[in-house]
Amino acid sequence: MRDLQYDVAIIGGGVTGSAIARELSRYDLNVCLLESAEDVCSGTSKANSAIVHAGFDAASGSMMAKMNVEGNRLMEQLSKDLDFPFRRNGSLVLCFSEEDMPGLQALYVRGVENGVPGVRIISGDEARAMEPNLTDEVVAALYAPTGGIVCPFNMTVALAENAADNGVEFRFLSEVTEVKPIEGGYELSVEGKEPVTAAYIVNAAGVYADRFHNMVSREKITITPRKGDYCLLDQEAGHHVDKTIFQLPGKYGKGVLVTPTVHGNLLIGPTARDIDDKEGTYTTAEELAEVTSKSARGVKNIPYRQVITSFSGLRAHEAGHEFILGEVKDAEGFFDAAGIESPGLSSAPAIGVYLADMIAAKAGAAKKEHFIATRKGIPHVAAMDREERAALLKERPDYGTIVCRCENVSEGEIVDSIRRTLGARSLDGIKRRVRQGMGRCQAGFCTPRTMEILSRETGIPMEEICKNRPGSEMITGKMEEV
Amino acid sequence: METRNLICIGCPLGCPLTVTMDGEKIEVTGNTCPRGADYAKKEVLSPTRIVTSSIRVTGGRIARVSVKTKSDIPKAKIFEVMAEIRARKAEAPVRMGQVLIENCAGTGVDIIATKTVEVA
Amino acid sequence: MTYHDIVIIGGGPAGLSAAAAARKAGAQDILILERDNVLGGILNQCIHNGFGLHTFKEELTGPEYASRYIAMVEEEKIPYKLNTIVADISADRKVTYINREEGLVTIQAGAVILAMGCRERPRGALNIPGYRPAGIYSAGTAQRLMNIEGYRVGNEVVILGSGDIGLIMARRMTLEGAKVKVVAELMPYSGGLKRNIVQCLDDYGIPLKLSHTVVQIHGKERLTGVTIAEVDANRTPIPGTEEYYSCDTLLLSVGLIPENELSRGAGISMNRVTSGPNVDDRLETDAEGIYACGNVLHVHDLVDFVSQEAALAGENAAAYVLRAKEPAAAAQGRKVPLSAENGVRYTVPQILNLDTMQDAVTVRFRVADVYKDRYISVYYDDKRVSKKKKKVLAPGEMEQVVLKKSSFAEYPDLGKITICTEVE
Repeated sequence: MRDLQYDVAIIGGGVTGSAIARELSRYDLNVCLLESAEDVCSGTSKANSAIVHAGFDAASGSMMAKMNVEGNRLMEQLSKDLDFPFRRNGSLVLCFSEEDMPGLQALYVRGVENGVPGVRIISGDEARAMEPNLTDEVVAALYAPTGGIVCPFNMTVALAENAADNGVEFRFLSEVTEVKPIEGGYELSVEGKEPVTAAYIVNAAGVYADRFHNMVSREKITITPRKGDYCLLDQEAGHHVDKTIFQLPGKYGKGVLVTPTVHGNLLIGPTARDIDDKEGTYTTAEELAEVTSKSARGVKNIPYRQVITSFSGLRAHEAGHEFILGEVKDAEGFFDAAGIESPGLSSAPAIGVYLADMIAAKAGAAKKEHFIATRKGIPHVAAMDREERAALLKERPDYGTIVCRCENVSEGEIVDSIRRTLGARSLDGIKRRVRQGMGRCQAGFCTPRTMEILSRETGIPMEEICKNRPGSEMITGKMEEV
Repeated sequence: METRNLICIGCPLGCPLTVTMDGEKIEVTGNTCPRGADYAKKEVLSPTRIVTSSIRVTGGRIARVSVKTKSDIPKAKIFEVMAEIRARKAEAPVRMGQVLIENCAGTGVDIIATKTVEVA
Repeated sequence: MTYHDIVIIGGGPAGLSAAAAARKAGAQDILILERDNVLGGILNQCIHNGFGLHTFKEELTGPEYASRYIAMVEEEKIPYKLNTIVADISADRKVTYINREEGLVTIQAGAVILAMGCRERPRGALNIPGYRPAGIYSAGTAQRLMNIEGYRVGNEVVILGSGDIGLIMARRMTLEGAKVKVVAELMPYSGGLKRNIVQCLDDYGIPLKLSHTVVQIHGKERLTGVTIAEVDANRTPIPGTEEYYSCDTLLLSVGLIPENELSRGAGISMNRVTSGPNVDDRLETDAEGIYACGNVLHVHDLVDFVSQEAALAGENAAAYVLRAKEPAAAAQGRKVPLSAENGVRYTVPQILNLDTMQDAVTVRFRVADVYKDRYISVYYDDKRVSKKKKKVLAPGEMEQVVLKKSSFAEYPDLGKITICTEVE
């Protein structure tokens, strides 16, 4: 039997792949994760609603429902163990007409069946008492106290870092082009690099999951990129609502959500357009207009002039609208985590446990003796109390130099985001870890300084500093080189 | 006879000026005030500009020192002046007002530093 | 807690001028807090000339203009802290700052002068559809990368917005060998100075397309092009007018926003039009002893006016602290609101104190559109007390009227001062 490099190779460093990696790292297994981008959290995981669904949406008995409710339950402890921002702010589903009430009722029943704690129907007035900015059109709402909001970037980074701390090897800029069964496992061809061999493969490739599945299985699946545009508003607008506000799909079609983010911004969206292009993360004028018009139906006086950015994300929509989790029937040792669309972020902690346990059982792997269960995030100097901050500044004076003024991000935070395990290698990587450039000026002031710090810390020449993956270089050279 | 159309830069009004040149004779129309006529004549006879740019500094606290032509230079010489500026390097410290290029591109005008760059 | 008579937030043109004027007016204990590693603020990167015609009667570059004020501050030995960011200001003038050497420090100020300047409006605020590749810069960021750091930001450039920074950068990039293909302006007129349109665009054959905007951004990693379309009177793109420009760089010069996070944090009342604090004729905000000047108060076109305004804030802050040291409190006086109407978007100041005002107060304002042959009128209640005919008024050019104290003698019960444009 030929030697395989790894016990398990995970394709995809999104939140799902990272969660699986972290849970697998509890076991005595040799694991690697291959990611086509320069960093984790570079696809669907970075552009979504950043919410933790309560779990009343998915069909009762589905994997989606099970993973969602379980993921929601696990999230709180996980956020403490791995130190990423999560808040249970609760959610409301708005109903705009009496004739849609049966739909709301059905959602309630499903919530109860799925085991969502505390879910209940409230009147329009009760809803407005909870959320004064709801419109008078609201006749009733489904209230789910366990709904939450999370930082998808830090959640993914935290899972990945912890996995790496527990021995998982991360390979970035490693695009898998082919999956080939070999004796005792699989060989993965990697664009421009040496192939990787492993006994077990986890397919957590998001919108590309069908491609890899279909390389090994006769039972084909189709993942359609479902594009959604969003607008993000300034933190000044962050208190416009407290809960995540959904709209009940009704005679006016599917609505959009309005939610605070865990960092205090207001997020509205998404639209839903099925497209062919798996890289098609472009916004369109029509969709951005749709986000605005639809959001106004349920929430009044949204200060749209405080939009600081808009973005688009792709959901990995599988034709059957169900998570495909587990070993592929006609491809032994190949595990799918496919069709992970909403509520994928909410479900990630549960999917990680579910698949890791399954793979470990198959491999007959035992749990490690010295698993590192916790991880500490990068301190945010602006959020600290006086004593804490004073103590930190004494030890690390570079935390006293503020680089990003909008989000009050210090040089120390940026340095740490680069130096620590799986450190940032791109401007977007820094931004996702410490929020540099996330604020209202959108990196207008701090871009040059951040580039310098990244260059200084990594030795990457300024000319090669990228926004994200290679090809996204920020500058075209030194002035003297014409 | 030759005519040229210009926009006056004297004030926000931005009068569209027409300059007619017939040998020595220059006539300006479209101006609302005498400043417009003066501007137009200068602009057709000997247009000049101040050029500002920057020069690479070695050993300084910043990478470049800003510079300007000490007085205005013929407009047609802008790119020749720029070529000399771009080819030049200075060494820190540089003092504001210091001449970094003498008689740039044969214009008779020096290039001077417009800021001070201390040694790093 | 350490105490200083006057703490100035920001060491750019406004803060420096305020400091020099406050010292001249007798304030001894002044401290400037500056977030950058040098004094001078944005002027350091504005290496073009055209500064100082009003103040020094000669044309200076930005760094030269700044150096004159820095010299005043140095000569007067006014202390300043660099690399120091102010985290918080309270209404009772406690100022909390952070820097590397001292960590987090809170000091008590007798008076505070807000001089934080402004920032550029980012792409996000425009909701331009498309991807989010590298190569999209606000004009000022590109200016800093070129003029201070010495890097080329791109080779083929499209500029959205014809504000002065955008025009200046069009010339700058052309001179450095880049190809600037077009400047698109959403409005039917440019917000920039005529002189910049001629000397930055026309000189180099760069087309300016008025009533045009970017409707699509192309390229996933680095920008590969933009689509530009004409807009109608409602600024909506007209289908069928789209034109593709290949480029690796898009510079945005689409407006400036005063940076008032600290002012808001102190609970100071803000003006919706200027995005700056409401102030009276002493440039005092509604928080006693806190003054505002320069671009944090309202966005200026000319640094000379920033310096003038800031000097006034400095003098008044000095008067305030010197007065506060005497037993008699500040005079109350009759406060009259200034109202901007009919084509005038705002005024600074917004409130005039008839009793304590200086002999003459300059009221600065902007108009809402391009107007030709209109009067600027001043009304005291319903009485038109002055009118001045202007051949042209444009939103990009700040206007001013001067109100004399003596003119109010006949209006003991004045309720409102109105500044407006009128056809007759």
